[in-house]
Amino acid sequence: MSIFRLFGRPRSAPMARERLQVLLAHERSSVGTDLVSLLREEILAVIAKHVQVDADKVQVKLDGNEHVTILEIDVEIPRDSAVMAA
Amino acid sequence: MGKVIVVTSGKGGVGKTTSTAALGAALAQRNEKVVVVDFDVGLRNLDLVMGAERRVVYDLVNVIQGDAKLPQALIRDKRLENLFLLPASQTRDKDNLTPEGVEWVIAELKRYFDWVICDSPAGIERGATLAMRHADVAVVVTNPEVSSVRDSDRIIGLLDSKTLKAERGERIEKHLLLTRYDATRAERGDMLKVEDVLDILSIPLIGIIPESTDVLRASNMGSPVTLADAKSAAAMAYFDAARRLAGEDLPITIPGERRGIFGKIFGRKAA
Repeated sequence: MSIFRLFGRPRSAPMARERLQVLLAHERSSVGTDLVSLLREEILAVIAKHVQVDADKVQVKLDGNEHVTILEIDVEIPRDSAVMAA
Repeated sequence: MGKVIVVTSGKGGVGKTTSTAALGAALAQRNEKVVVVDFDVGLRNLDLVMGAERRVVYDLVNVIQGDAKLPQALIRDKRLENLFLLPASQTRDKDNLTPEGVEWVIAELKRYFDWVICDSPAGIERGATLAMRHADVAVVVTNPEVSSVRDSDRIIGLLDSKTLKAERGERIEKHLLLTRYDATRAERGDMLKVEDVLDILSIPLIGIIPESTDVLRASNMGSPVTLADAKSAAAMAYFDAARRLAGEDLPITIPGERRGIFGKIFGRKAA
C-alpha cells in the first residue's frame, strides 16, 4: 500500500496489535490475581476454624484451558491437628 | 443531580490531567456548572494545568478531615465563572482519603454541579479505585501504544468490578478517549490505528485527540487547551468529545488524517 514498505523497515503496528490480542486474551481469562489471593485468604480462614494450619502451607492456584478454569487447593495439615479436629 | 465522570487510564503520562482540564473547561464553556476534582493525593497537578496553583488554600483531604468546609476548598476559575477546581493535597498521606469521606464529598458536589469530573491517579491502587468508585461514566484515556492499551484493559476490568454501579449490578458507561494520536504514523503502519485500539478494548470511542504542540503550550501557560487555543485541532477534538459526553450524537473524525486524492472519509459513529 505504501512505498515505505518497499524500502523501509517492516510495519510495526500489526505486530503491536497481534501481541496485544494474544496477551490480553490470556490476561482476561486468568481472571486476575486478586481473586486468587481473596480465595486463599477466605479458604484459610475456614480451615483455621477447625484445624491449625500454617498459612504458608495453603496453596491456591487457578489454572485451566480454553473451556474451563480449574481451582486447585492444596492444604497441608499436620497429623496431630487433624486428629484434634476429628 | 450532576453526573460523575472519572478520567482514568492505569498508565501514567497518557493525558488524564490534561484531558480532565480540557473536558471540564469545554463543558463549562457550554454554560454548565462543572467541578474538576484532583484525586492524585501527594502528586497533585490539576491545579498547575488549570493555572490555579497559587490559589490553593484548602484541599480534598482538608475537607474530608473536617479542617475546611467544602466551599472553602473550591477554587473558581478566573476565566470561566462556572468552572471550579477541588485540589488534591500535596503533602499528606493518601490514606487520609477515606471511602466515607469521598462518598460524602461526591454526594455534595453532585447537588451543586452538573458535572463532577474526577481526575484519577495512575495505577490500580486505592487512589484510582476511590476516584472511580462513584462514577456514572468513565473516560478511559489511552495512547495508541502497547503498554497504555494493556493498562486500559486492566482499568476496564476494574471499572466493571470495583465501582458502586458495577457492585449494584448496573452497567457503568465507559468511553475511550484516544490521545496523542498521529494519523500520519498510523497510516504508515508505525502506530496502532483507531480501529486496532477499538477492536482490542471494545468500548465506544468518545474522541481522538491528535498529538499536538498546542497541548504542551496550553499546560505551560496553565490553561486548559480548550481555553488557551480554542481553534487548535486538539481543542476542537476535546470540544467534540465534550458534546458527546453531553449526549450529542456526532460522527467521529480522525484529526490530521490526510485526505488523499481518494478522499478518505471516515465516519465511525460514537456509540
